[in-house]
Amino acid sequence: MQSILAVDDSASMRKMVAFTLTGAGFHVVEAVDGQDAFEKAQTHHIDLVLTDQNMPRLDGLGLTKKLRETAKFKTTPILILTTESSDQMKMAGRAAGATGWLVKPFDPGRLIEVIQKVIR
Amino acid sequence: MSEMTQESAGSGNFDLTQFYQIFFEEAGENLDQMEQMLLALDLEQADDEELNAIFRCAHSIKGGAATFGFADVAELTHQMESLLDKLRRHELTPTPPMVDVLLESSDALKLLLARHSGKDVAPPATHALVDRISALAHGEDAVAPAAAPAPVAAAPAPAAPAAAPAASAAPAPTGSRQLEIHIGPLDNLSQADSIAELFRDISGLGSIEALPCDQDHKRVYKVLTTSSDGDLLDLFTFHVSKEHIRIVDNTPVPKSLATEGTDFGFFDDAPGLPSTADTTVAQAAEQAAPAIAVAAPAAPAVAPAAPKPAAAPKAAAGGAQASLESSTLRVSVSKVDQLINLVGELVITQAMLAQKSSALDSAANQQLLAGLADLDRNTRDLQEAVMSIRMIPMSVVFNRFPRMLRDLAGKLGKKVELITHGEATELDKGLIEKITDPLTHLIRNSCDHGIEMPDERRAKGKTENGNITLSASHQGGSILIEVRDDGKGLSREKLLKKAREKGIDAPDSMTDGEVWSLIFAPGFSTAEEVTDVSGRGVGMDVVKKNIASLGGTVEIDSAEGYGMSVKVRLPLTLAIMDGMSVRVSDEVYILPLASVIESFQINPSDINTVAQGAQLVKVRDEYMPVIELERVFQVPRFEFNSSSPIMVVVEAEGSRVALMVDELLGQQQVVIKNLESNYRKVPNVSGATILGDGKVALILDTSVLVRRSRH
Repeated sequence: MQSILAVDDSASMRKMVAFTLTGAGFHVVEAVDGQDAFEKAQTHHIDLVLTDQNMPRLDGLGLTKKLRETAKFKTTPILILTTESSDQMKMAGRAAGATGWLVKPFDPGRLIEVIQKVIR
Repeated sequence: MSEMTQESAGSGNFDLTQFYQIFFEEAGENLDQMEQMLLALDLEQADDEELNAIFRCAHSIKGGAATFGFADVAELTHQMESLLDKLRRHELTPTPPMVDVLLESSDALKLLLARHSGKDVAPPATHALVDRISALAHGEDAVAPAAAPAPVAAAPAPAAPAAAPAASAAPAPTGSRQLEIHIGPLDNLSQADSIAELFRDISGLGSIEALPCDQDHKRVYKVLTTSSDGDLLDLFTFHVSKEHIRIVDNTPVPKSLATEGTDFGFFDDAPGLPSTADTTVAQAAEQAAPAIAVAAPAAPAVAPAAPKPAAAPKAAAGGAQASLESSTLRVSVSKVDQLINLVGELVITQAMLAQKSSALDSAANQQLLAGLADLDRNTRDLQEAVMSIRMIPMSVVFNRFPRMLRDLAGKLGKKVELITHGEATELDKGLIEKITDPLTHLIRNSCDHGIEMPDERRAKGKTENGNITLSASHQGGSILIEVRDDGKGLSREKLLKKAREKGIDAPDSMTDGEVWSLIFAPGFSTAEEVTDVSGRGVGMDVVKKNIASLGGTVEIDSAEGYGMSVKVRLPLTLAIMDGMSVRVSDEVYILPLASVIESFQINPSDINTVAQGAQLVKVRDEYMPVIELERVFQVPRFEFNSSSPIMVVVEAEGSRVALMVDELLGQQQVVIKNLESNYRKVPNVSGATILGDGKVALILDTSVLVRRSRH
């Protein structure tokens, strides 16, 4: 079973994402912010990271950068959930080492569709 | 499960409603948090972290609302977010009207959320709010140069992440960047022209073109260059100081950079894509490196993003910090109540076993008795632990008052500061909910009737700001909540006069305490005129009644001209009480231990019967009314013994009365069972409990008994 690290400071969003992913047959590790995610990433096997951008302590881009600095996460797909899809945001995402982005709000089916484009 | 794995799964397959409740609770918490932070915000020196946190609250609600389909909530929070975004980017400075409109929006959002959660409330008018916020966000923009000087290029990301320089970044190898360079405000604009000349003088620097700019003393240029922001700044600062230069990166994301849909996208060759997933780590790192270079100017922190092992130890430093949310659990109150009920039953069973076992031979039943002793201890610990689940901090109540006082003081034209102490003091959830209204009333009263107008205060030599202090603390088995103000206090003369006008017997010999207690009389109001603030109809008498119904007491202290204090004493919980069991004939009654003052044995001859059959007993040269419980409850008496009766003195509502009983049985903790909901309301009784032997005993309502003795 493939494992996804779902990072969001909003409990409702996180639960929704986790429910959607579990329903699609993924194992889900939840984290409440970037810092929490980074810590959990060290102790869990993670096949894909799905992270919100705006969070306290450590945001999505910050988490992406930190993960990319870790050998274990050099090539792990990291998708950023963002409310803004400006070019600036995309540049920043790319520079941080993200694999791609998904604009919020999204519908659960779309989320799985996008994820399945990255991991099989 | 299978249908959800289908690629074409639409939202129709997902029942989002199951997350609504979490969203409502979370949004409510976010709103409360935002409100508190807005109230605490120092407008002159707003802290970046605070502004960010406020922004995040609105942002979080917006994200959830949009996902779960609450368009009206999303729309309003979107506007709030836009305004807050400008604040946190220092494009605007926070002003009182902004705080006002954000607070009002927060109220409107609460109503919207309540409506969505199925409550029958009127829809708030959000259009006006949306317009006001948008006006503040844009209207202020027109005067932005004065209100907010052009963000300093050297400051970390003042306007947008892309605006910050990345001095160490390598020039983009794949082509030039398209920048917008803002110069000014400058007194002498020719300095800006010198910058344009630089591009003519230095070959290879790139091209420059002036853009139309509608602001005086400012110039905007469009620049195509391969140089880094840092290099450009070094050159420009020969002519214009750093503070007056702002560089915005407008380089479009090259089409080849990403493959995307309308709502998602992947970066070409980005780490993690299926095509690169098969390559080795080293190759992937190499591929990642140029990608970083392309986007390097995006943010200063991006520059060291290339794999750098040295940064790893620092990254792990925050590991010890536990995450708050993951260590808490949301449980419905009914589950906790069920647990408390079960523990209550267990306590009763345990008491029954203890009683039955007391007759056993301790030598023959040593093991059994040891086991029962363990059971006793564990039951007690369990009970305490379970009760503590229902305990919540007073801050839940206290937090609503700063906002209320702010609005109220504004309406009355007064200046009031609220000081709170002991927010962490814990109280049973049921009590917290019920104490909120009385406390609200007391605080409104203090603000409306207590605190004087600013000029009046100044004339009296007080500070213009009135203080209302709200504190909570544990005192023995009860909690003490005090509302204190430094306003005008109560006037003895006025109160006495008013009481006499109302036909209340008020002799001059009354003690201060008794005079202050007059304001608890029904329909008594000390204000010359009723204001819409303290409200009509609901007076201090209702406050007192509500607190008494929680088993609490109210005490007033005041000094005219200096202020007043109202002390509310409450039991810690409504479910369990320390009681004294007494026997009257064959019946057992429970008295709340907190109201028992003393007990003593008397000679029947010490009881004097006065007019209308009322009885008095002389205690230390003072006469006290006597209540024969036997008569009140019409207890049948089967044997008449001649033993002298026992008097238990109880106090309630400031008066004492002696209850006549046959025997004191002992003190014990009793689990209070509501009689009204299980049977019907019984006069003189506040509840019932089950004794160790399985019999039901009534818990006496001492305040009713005391009142009874007065009439």
